[in-house]
Amino acid sequence: METLQVRIWRGKENGGFQEFDVPRQESQTVLDVVTYVQRKCDPTLSYRFACRVGVCGSCAMTVNGVSRWTCRTHVSKVAEDNKVEIAPLRNLPVVKDLVTDMSEFFDKWARARGSFQGSTTRKDGFAQVSPESKERKRVDAGIECIGCGVCYSACDVVTWNKDYLGPAALNRAWTLVNDVRDTGRAERLAAVAGDAGCLACHTHLNCTERCPKGLSPTAGIAGLKRAVLAATLSGEI
Amino acid sequence: MSRRSEVLLWGAQRISAMVLAVCVIVHLMTMIYAVRSGLSGSEILGRTQGNIGWFAFYAVFIAAVSVHAPIGLRTILAETFNWRGRGADVFAAVVGLSLAMWGLRAVMAVFGGSPA
Repeated sequence: METLQVRIWRGKENGGFQEFDVPRQESQTVLDVVTYVQRKCDPTLSYRFACRVGVCGSCAMTVNGVSRWTCRTHVSKVAEDNKVEIAPLRNLPVVKDLVTDMSEFFDKWARARGSFQGSTTRKDGFAQVSPESKERKRVDAGIECIGCGVCYSACDVVTWNKDYLGPAALNRAWTLVNDVRDTGRAERLAAVAGDAGCLACHTHLNCTERCPKGLSPTAGIAGLKRAVLAATLSGEI
Repeated sequence: MSRRSEVLLWGAQRISAMVLAVCVIVHLMTMIYAVRSGLSGSEILGRTQGNIGWFAFYAVFIAAVSVHAPIGLRTILAETFNWRGRGADVFAAVVGLSLAMWGLRAVMAVFGGSPA
C-alpha cells in the first residue's frame, strides 16, 4: 500500500514537527490523515474538528504552508512528492499541537460590533428586504462565513499589527452595515475605522484567495473604507 | 491621533495616489519625448522657464508627493518597525515638509525666471 509521509506540529509555539507514515487512501482528506495519526499512531495528538463536512469551521490548519479547512482538502490536491506538512493556523497562539486559541479571533468580532442591533420587538412584523436590493446583495456576498479563521491566518496585516481586526471580523461588520434593519451603523463604522481597522488593509487579497467558502473579505473591507470615509466627511462618526 | 484624523489621512493618501497616477504618466511621456527628440538641457529650460502651465503641473506633482509619501512612510514605520505615536507622526511630517520644500525649490529652478 502506498504510504504518505506526514509531518505534524507537536507542542506549543516552541515545539517541532514529528513524522508519521500514513497509509494512502482514495479520496483521503487532510483531516482523515490527522485522525488516522491520533487513532493509530499517537493518541496524545490534539486537534479540533466537529462536522467533517465544511460547515462548522473547526478544523482549519496550515497544510504545506497554506491555511486550509482540512475536512474538505483532499490529500491529492496538496501532497508534494507524497509528503504533507500539517501545522496550526498562523497568527494565533498555539494551545497544543494543531489546536490554536481562537479567543482573540472572536474577541475582534465583538470589537468590530459584529452582533446585530435591532429596534423592533417580537410583537412587530417581519422586515421586508428585497433580495434584489443593493444592500441585500452585498450582505449575500459575505454572509456565508463559517468563522474558520483561515483568512485571519493568511492575513499579512494581522502578522504586522496584532491589534488589526482581521478579514473575518471586518467582513461581518460589512454585512451588518448593509443590513437595513440594523441600528448600530454609526457605532460600527467608528469601531472599524482607525489604525487597527479597515483602513489598515493593504489589499493583498490573501483572505480572498484562501477563503474556503469563496467569499471576498477584501471587497467588504473596501466597502467599509468608503463608508468610513463618507461617514467621517459627513460628520456621522 | 484621533480616529477622524486617521480616516482623513487615509482619504488624503488615496486622493494623492490618484493625482500621482496621472502626474507620473504625463511626466514619463514628457521625459521620453525630450530624450527621443534629442533636446539639450538649455533647450528644455528654454521651454520650461516662465511657462505657467508646466509650473502648475509640477507644483501639483510635488504637492501630491509631499502628501502621499509621508502617510505611507508612517504606515511602514508602524507595521515594519513598530514605531507608532507622536514621534513617528512628527518624523513623517518632517519628511513630508522636506519633500515639499526641496521639490518646490527644484520646480522654481526649472520653471522660474524668463526664457533665455
